[in-house]
Amino acid sequence: MLKQTPSQTVGPFFHNALIRGDQNILATEQARGERITIRGRVLDGDGAPIPDAMIEIWQPDARGIFQHRTDPRHAEADPHFRGFGRAETVNNGEFCFVTVKPGQIAVDENQAVAPFINVRIFARGMLIHSLTRLYFADEAANATDPVLSAIDPARRGTLIARRVESADSTTYQFDIVLQGDGETVFFTP
Amino acid sequence: MSQTLTTIDWSVQPPYLHPAYTSTVKRSPQRPLIPLPQTLAELSGPVFGYDDLAPLDDDLTKNAVADGEPLGERIIVTGRVLDENNRPVPHALIEIWQANACGRYIHKNDQHPAPLDPNFAGTGRVLTDANGGYRFTTIKPGAYPWRNHPNAWRPAHIHFSLFGTNFLSRLVTQMYFPGDPLLSYDPIYNGIPDEEGRRRLISQYDHEVTQPEWALGYRFDIVLSGSAMTPFET
Repeated sequence: MLKQTPSQTVGPFFHNALIRGDQNILATEQARGERITIRGRVLDGDGAPIPDAMIEIWQPDARGIFQHRTDPRHAEADPHFRGFGRAETVNNGEFCFVTVKPGQIAVDENQAVAPFINVRIFARGMLIHSLTRLYFADEAANATDPVLSAIDPARRGTLIARRVESADSTTYQFDIVLQGDGETVFFTP
Repeated sequence: MSQTLTTIDWSVQPPYLHPAYTSTVKRSPQRPLIPLPQTLAELSGPVFGYDDLAPLDDDLTKNAVADGEPLGERIIVTGRVLDENNRPVPHALIEIWQANACGRYIHKNDQHPAPLDPNFAGTGRVLTDANGGYRFTTIKPGAYPWRNHPNAWRPAHIHFSLFGTNFLSRLVTQMYFPGDPLLSYDPIYNGIPDEEGRRRLISQYDHEVTQPEWALGYRFDIVLSGSAMTPFET
């Protein structure tokens, strides 16, 4: 096997190259399912906001279908939705995505898997990106999800976005703590 | 669905915490990483195509021209994107960004007192072809100072961001130039644990790529994770 090319930090100067257009909007108005906003902050080991991070997300559509040929149902994927999104954090460490709530994906008929979004974090000071997942607080399937169940209950909450409803929209709040108290659970990238 | 992909190989990848690079100290996780089962969410990934590219995205000497040519040494960078099984990765999106010949980025946070070049933006995008090949033309970037430690300078580099065939093949890295004396002082480059790995981030001068009376050529091959662990499925 060939050896992987090593990762290096995205650095502080990626914006003009990587943040273009509205890559943080994954769904048009016609997209199927529940339209949601995801908001969060990225914090460092002192609890200070990180104003120069980049967040990428990857998720299926509202019926749990990925726009990718490895998904046996990909021909039925929602054409008004793209599963990939990218956002920068701003001065107070905040980022924002507009998307749809993902459906459950097909894994194994004996197991219920809660809906989730894969989340990557890139920043100056990170020689390699971090990987985490966003789950939704109002999903009953969280209780039996195999990934969530395997995580220390004291830390499980770091993966669960809080639902905040207002008159005209639904927002999920999801903060990412890179280190220390309340450190987000990270997975092998 | 039973396919298994490789994940990060920590024998070649840098750790999160590398104290010589001071910004890692407060931005590195302290708890152990948790392995993920591979589901469709990891076996799939974003797909890009030629629709995502603009005509001059592969020529940074032309894509931001205002009133003349950018200053500096014109170079051609080419190479192949491969998986760990030595198979080409076609249609990989590569996004690139870099400082200008004087070591200055167009960015509000870049305070280095070196001139901006009105004819150079330092950003581009290319897609690999069916053989995993890519190629772009640019200006050789300059070194620049940063505040990691006294008299800290980044060696000349070009940033690369790559999407391969699945979610696990994502890579962000930097390409360096052969013979750069700043490499041995750079904590970002030296965050890579093994010497062989560090060497793989240094492009090679290639006289076959060099175009007479036009531009010097450099070759830089890239190997992505997220490769099939069993190349021949039964």
